Amino acid sequence: MGIENNPFSLEGKTILVTGASSGIGQGCAVMAAQMGAKVIVCGRNEDRLQQTLSQLPGEGHATFAGDLTDASVIEKMVAEVPVLDGAVFSAGISMTAPFTFSTREKFDKVFNVNFFSPVELLRLLVKKKKLAQGSSVVFISSVGGNFGFSVGNGVYGASKAALNSISRLCSIELAPKKIRVNAVCPGMVDTPLVAGFSENITEEERKRDIDFYPLKRYGKPEDIAGGVVYLLSEAASWVTGQAICIDGGITAY
Amino acid sequence: MKTIDEFVALFAEQLDDTDPSTVTAQTKFRDLEEWSSLLALSLISMVDEEFDVALKGDDVKNSETIEDVYNVIKSKI
Repeated sequence: MGIENNPFSLEGKTILVTGASSGIGQGCAVMAAQMGAKVIVCGRNEDRLQQTLSQLPGEGHATFAGDLTDASVIEKMVAEVPVLDGAVFSAGISMTAPFTFSTREKFDKVFNVNFFSPVELLRLLVKKKKLAQGSSVVFISSVGGNFGFSVGNGVYGASKAALNSISRLCSIELAPKKIRVNAVCPGMVDTPLVAGFSENITEEERKRDIDFYPLKRYGKPEDIAGGVVYLLSEAASWVTGQAICIDGGITAY
Repeated sequence: MKTIDEFVALFAEQLDDTDPSTVTAQTKFRDLEEWSSLLALSLISMVDEEFDVALKGDDVKNSETIEDVYNVIKSKI
């Protein structure tokens, strides 16, 4: 079967990926390009975006550098991007704090990046008609917040639970526009973000945590990208409103 | 910077089942019956809040007494 007949192909599609400088976002950008998409990679730093860009096979990719917690940057991005066939919202930050230390300041910091930025970006992309009929939106969420709860994870988990909620709501409200909306909920994936989480625990605790995964390892960005590419593709034409856990089996317990 | 006595008092505040009057700079905190990963995270958050210092999990693990933790904080200020 040639790639042109492959329902998993992203040939001819233009896909926006935020948080594309590293980790899961970068993995999604690379795999989307491998599957034939033209990818617009977004992140705060142009130099790091160029590193991602250099890893993308194929032609016609672009970068957009800017901080998406800045409303004017979101407006500029929405004005500049072409009509999209898909968007992956992967920009996110971590936070570890026990509940009694979970101040409003910490919630604001995490929610601004993990929740308000992608939600406002999606709102404007839809409002300005930058998402084509038949397009697919994927929020990178987490198993934390709805599917798994570990100590110190309240602020981060709540931001992802909020994301899962709005994702499902959008799947219903945007269905008449033929826009599908799903969330992918990774378990622990080896990324700079998870390295941040891991700084608060000992190497011993990290090994114990890995051992708790039925598949006995943390994820790789491409483990998540595979699910994201599926959701972006025509193979997932009848899939919307889902939060799909890709997590080495951790939520199967 | 806060004194060692102030730090010991802040440390004792995180505990639930240990009589604060028994907690001293020489207390081997990881031997406390109630010591847990949640308390370790609370210690890291308290130090961040009170000293603006980012302790790592290994800093806690490699400390034996409360004074050891205090010395790590001092070295990072």
